[in-house]
Amino acid sequence: MAKKRNLILTVILLAGLFGLAWYINFETDSYLRRIVNLCMVYAIIGLSMNLTNGFTGQFSLGQAGFMAIGAYAVGIFTVPVSLRPSVFYAAPMHPAIADIHMPLWLALIVGGLCAALVAFLIGAPVLRLRGDYLAVATLGFSEIIRIVITNAQTITNGALGIKDIPPLNDVRYIFAFTAAVFIFITALINTSYGRAFKAIREDEIAAEAMGIDLFKHKSLAFMLSAFFAGIGGGLYAALLGTVDPKNFLFTLTYNFLLIIVLGGMGSITGSMIGSILVTAGLEFLRIFDEPLELFGVAIPLFRPGFRMVIFSVLLMALVLFWRRGIMGTREFTWDKTIAFCKNPFGIFGRKGVDKA
Amino acid sequence: MTILRTDGIMMRFGGVVAVSNLQIKIEEHEIVALIGPNGAGKTTAFNMITGIYTPTEGNVLYTDEHGREVKITGKKPSDIAKLGIARTFQNIRLFKELSVYENVMIAKHLHLKADFFSAALHLPHYKAEQVKAEVEVEKLLKSVNLWELREEKAFSLPYGQQRHLEIVRALATNPRLLLLDEPAAGMNPKETEELTAFIRKIREQYQLTIFMIEHHMELVMDISDRIYVLDFGETIASGTPQAIQDNERVISAYLGVEEDA
Repeated sequence: MAKKRNLILTVILLAGLFGLAWYINFETDSYLRRIVNLCMVYAIIGLSMNLTNGFTGQFSLGQAGFMAIGAYAVGIFTVPVSLRPSVFYAAPMHPAIADIHMPLWLALIVGGLCAALVAFLIGAPVLRLRGDYLAVATLGFSEIIRIVITNAQTITNGALGIKDIPPLNDVRYIFAFTAAVFIFITALINTSYGRAFKAIREDEIAAEAMGIDLFKHKSLAFMLSAFFAGIGGGLYAALLGTVDPKNFLFTLTYNFLLIIVLGGMGSITGSMIGSILVTAGLEFLRIFDEPLELFGVAIPLFRPGFRMVIFSVLLMALVLFWRRGIMGTREFTWDKTIAFCKNPFGIFGRKGVDKA
Repeated sequence: MTILRTDGIMMRFGGVVAVSNLQIKIEEHEIVALIGPNGAGKTTAFNMITGIYTPTEGNVLYTDEHGREVKITGKKPSDIAKLGIARTFQNIRLFKELSVYENVMIAKHLHLKADFFSAALHLPHYKAEQVKAEVEVEKLLKSVNLWELREEKAFSLPYGQQRHLEIVRALATNPRLLLLDEPAAGMNPKETEELTAFIRKIREQYQLTIFMIEHHMELVMDISDRIYVLDFGETIASGTPQAIQDNERVISAYLGVEEDA
């Protein structure tokens, strides 16, 4: 009964959000559309990163590299063939790919698959490492990917980047991808495989003794993470309309690290909340960048860059008081929401859940 | 039929020999205990059998359900678990932040045949496997009175129940040989008695062979068919509980020998 009710509620919520996406697409200005799109793309990449870092407990910092692969797949395959000579003016495109043109959705999947393949190859040496070593190794590989892209002149146009990517402004299109990724990851986490990932996070030795093949499962999580990061990167490229190796510096990864730490490592709904807070929050804090006068007195601190100070202070407060992020490893569920609506003060009396 | 034997395995860490020339032979359906003072190398022996360490010398041989003897030295712990050897740990290694139910369900993962994609799409053959696993897990949890507490996080259980949960989790892998590393550690006499009965019960119910490390001598002498005694990595005695109790080397290892000053 409750299961069926929850499914119906989820379908209603998704339909409602899709309707909202529709409304935003046609009824609002391009500035708001852009923020909403960016939120959703960041949510996809945040979710992908949470799969390895949050659920499987492998601290990987390679997301920017996998995004770059997806972004370049979109850049290479979706630019109209007629425009390519003007884009690749320094050196013509390699003849093997010069005539291949794909619709965006296909380029996204191709990009995702390429990223997963690279993750598979990188995973063999890297996933034997643990903790900080894994972080450093994945960070290094992410830079290697970027540098290879910068130097593959006839395929990626090198340091010049690729422009004239048909721009994507449709909120509904990105929403559909975000919803699909969200549903797939939620479904996967709630299967036996998801439990195996969490077991690896909790205790590798015990997981192994219970028959979970560590390397196989870490590799699976890493490849899935790369696949979704590739799709996210592709959407990001389509949103920007250009790709450039400098977009994918390793510092980009920290945005997503911030999102998942803020939302809660190991929480899907946490990643969604984190991506909205970080992306939209940074935009709405822009009022602090404008000079402000109160009762004829100019407040001295209000100047460009001040919002980052406020943002950092908010972050510090959040991490100090909610050490495990907003959601921790918990999830938003209908059961809890309904219980909350029936008894809003019940959450204060709940035992066992809010400890630690 | 012999289910497990080691042909003189040795484990060296740098200059320290933790276990040397260990020869163990366990028959099917036996309860065998491994005892010895702290630091004798008992847990190291377990780690070599379950693949956490690869012995410096020697081999571990296991007879699988088809009666074939396979060399398990150098195999991954996960592959050894799949062959039917499950274990618990001296300092309880539950998946602390996960629920009691998830802890046991995880141990069912190793027999899952469906791939991740059909699992994520909840295809019928994955669902059928899960339903079967769920039924078995429910039965296991009910047998230790943990079914009511299935939603609790593992770390929130009292100590004794954590020990039981760890044994049940090992049982969920459908083992033929169960290795228990100090199952009665930290238990009072009453709890120890209950545990003794529980171990006997699961041996009959699941046709298990049990190999255990234990310090509670009452439990060991009561339950074991045979005992091996380790001291400083050497096997100093083996035999029936009665023979071990009367063995002078064992007594001196435990109580110390009188020395002339």
